[in-house]
Amino acid sequence: MSSTKQAELAMPRRTLGGALRSFTRRPEMGALIGAIAVYLFFAVAGGDKFTSSYGAASWLNIFADLVIVALPVSLIMIAGELDLSVGSVIAGSSMVTALMATTFGLPLWLAMVGGVLFGAIIGFLNGWIIVRTGLPSFIVTLAMMYIVMGLTLGLTRALAGTVNIAVEGDPVAKMLFGTFIDGKFSVVIFWAIAIAIVVWWVQSFSRFGNWVYAIGGDAISARAQGIQVGKVKIWLFVASGTAAAFVGMMQTITYNGAGVSKGQSFVFNAIIAVVIGGVLLTGGYGSVFGVILGTITFAVVQQGIYYTPWDSDWASLIIGILVLAAVLTNNLFRRLALTTGTKKKGGK
Amino acid sequence: MDVPLIELSGVKKSFGPVDVLKGIDFKAYAGQVTALVGDNGAGKSTLIKGLSGVQPYDEGVVKFAGEEAHLHSPRHSGALGIEVVYQDLALCDNLDIVQNMFLGREEVTQGTLDEGSMEFQATKALQSLSVRTVKSVRQKVSSLSGGQRQTVAIARSVLRNAKLVILDEPTAALGVAQTEQVLNLVRRLADNGIGVIIISHNLADVFQVCDSINVLYLGRMVASLKTSETNQADVVGYITGTKTMEGVA
Repeated sequence: MSSTKQAELAMPRRTLGGALRSFTRRPEMGALIGAIAVYLFFAVAGGDKFTSSYGAASWLNIFADLVIVALPVSLIMIAGELDLSVGSVIAGSSMVTALMATTFGLPLWLAMVGGVLFGAIIGFLNGWIIVRTGLPSFIVTLAMMYIVMGLTLGLTRALAGTVNIAVEGDPVAKMLFGTFIDGKFSVVIFWAIAIAIVVWWVQSFSRFGNWVYAIGGDAISARAQGIQVGKVKIWLFVASGTAAAFVGMMQTITYNGAGVSKGQSFVFNAIIAVVIGGVLLTGGYGSVFGVILGTITFAVVQQGIYYTPWDSDWASLIIGILVLAAVLTNNLFRRLALTTGTKKKGGK
Repeated sequence: MDVPLIELSGVKKSFGPVDVLKGIDFKAYAGQVTALVGDNGAGKSTLIKGLSGVQPYDEGVVKFAGEEAHLHSPRHSGALGIEVVYQDLALCDNLDIVQNMFLGREEVTQGTLDEGSMEFQATKALQSLSVRTVKSVRQKVSSLSGGQRQTVAIARSVLRNAKLVILDEPTAALGVAQTEQVLNLVRRLADNGIGVIIISHNLADVFQVCDSINVLYLGRMVASLKTSETNQADVVGYITGTKTMEGVA
């Protein structure tokens, strides 16, 4: 009996069938059930309009922007940290792109690269300060959120004399980052899918992904095994800053301009999506699937409300209740997932 | 007897004005379990930290398998095949057994983790220690008992081709059945030709599993005994300083 057991042990785990089978015991189950329930609810309450391609596009577009920010934030949360500066980075990078393209008269492509680079630099600063000072990331990124917000507002007004800048689109840039296919589906959806695949690969199939989980689980043990905890953390913050800036840059292209206050709502929306998706705030647990499901849930609620007879004011109420419900069910599923099949038989 | 796996002579270490190790001679052999006992503050931890390279010795000669060795850093010690399993085990609860055993040394083929190979090696390492209590190497460490966790930590050192495994209080937090399990494991480790050093306060454990016993008292090695030629009362005497050894260096 033990020999068959051993043969089974030696088998690679990551097969499709195995993945599907183990999925039913995964902590993301709660997120999946939540996403389906919310969708069905609005499909009934919102009727055909919500289930039409226009309805789908309306929440998919919201989903795409948000998931690009939420995925790297989820990695940071899995590593046991938090990034509150992403909202400001979206506004900041959107404005950097606009300022470079207009006030400084640089080519649009250079301005777009500059915008994304701005996010990477802010992310690096976040990570570097957190690692060097040992301060909680909550405080450092909260401070950074205000620093970037202030810089964006102050510099924009000083340099451009206004808080909204119009940017002339370039057809290629527009096509890549700012069109709506069929007039409905934002091209950002494809970027979101591509980024989700990259993050999924990193998380599940790379050494780096392993280290992120290890750091979130037990940073001291991870360090004892030779993992450069600080380096990993800095890279995570660079990733989230870059992703947020990417969204900001695309918004400038999509809407032909930038405003100093755009994007602030992303901070909490991203955290909500990640938490609904089953990521533990204390670190160590979470997955790309969960975050995608959590973001879908969030986007469906936020857009679905417009298809119902009710006022959109109620969307926040629903989201608030959902967050609580999600955290409670996720805890339940996590407990089930951690105990099922691994119960110790008493004694021997 | 053949060449000791590790041989310390005249090893000294002090922290400022405090001499913690005052010239230690110590030997441990491959395929044997060597105990290191002594009261709190006797210098056990300092001796071990020197071997692991965390806190290099100030003076003295270290020979590994007959060759003089300089243990300046954990990297040096690791390269020689010296692995320390500390009391906290350094395991991540949220990872499974394979992930923990390969943490920081993951195997990669074409940029992708080679899970199959790592699973195979982890299974083999556990099998080499005749571990049967672990159901699946894909179990999360959080679901393991204290004894099983100790097992995983020890198997990890085997996986790294350790020649000398140093165990810091391996049974301190364990119940009776699990202590038995771990002690059997320690014996098998030695039977596989690995040199084992155990630090323990539990003399019953020490007498059950060790081939020789070394007693530290206030920074000096006051006794190096064969387990078969001594008894618990004597060892307690050496540990508390009420007994001294004549004729043995």
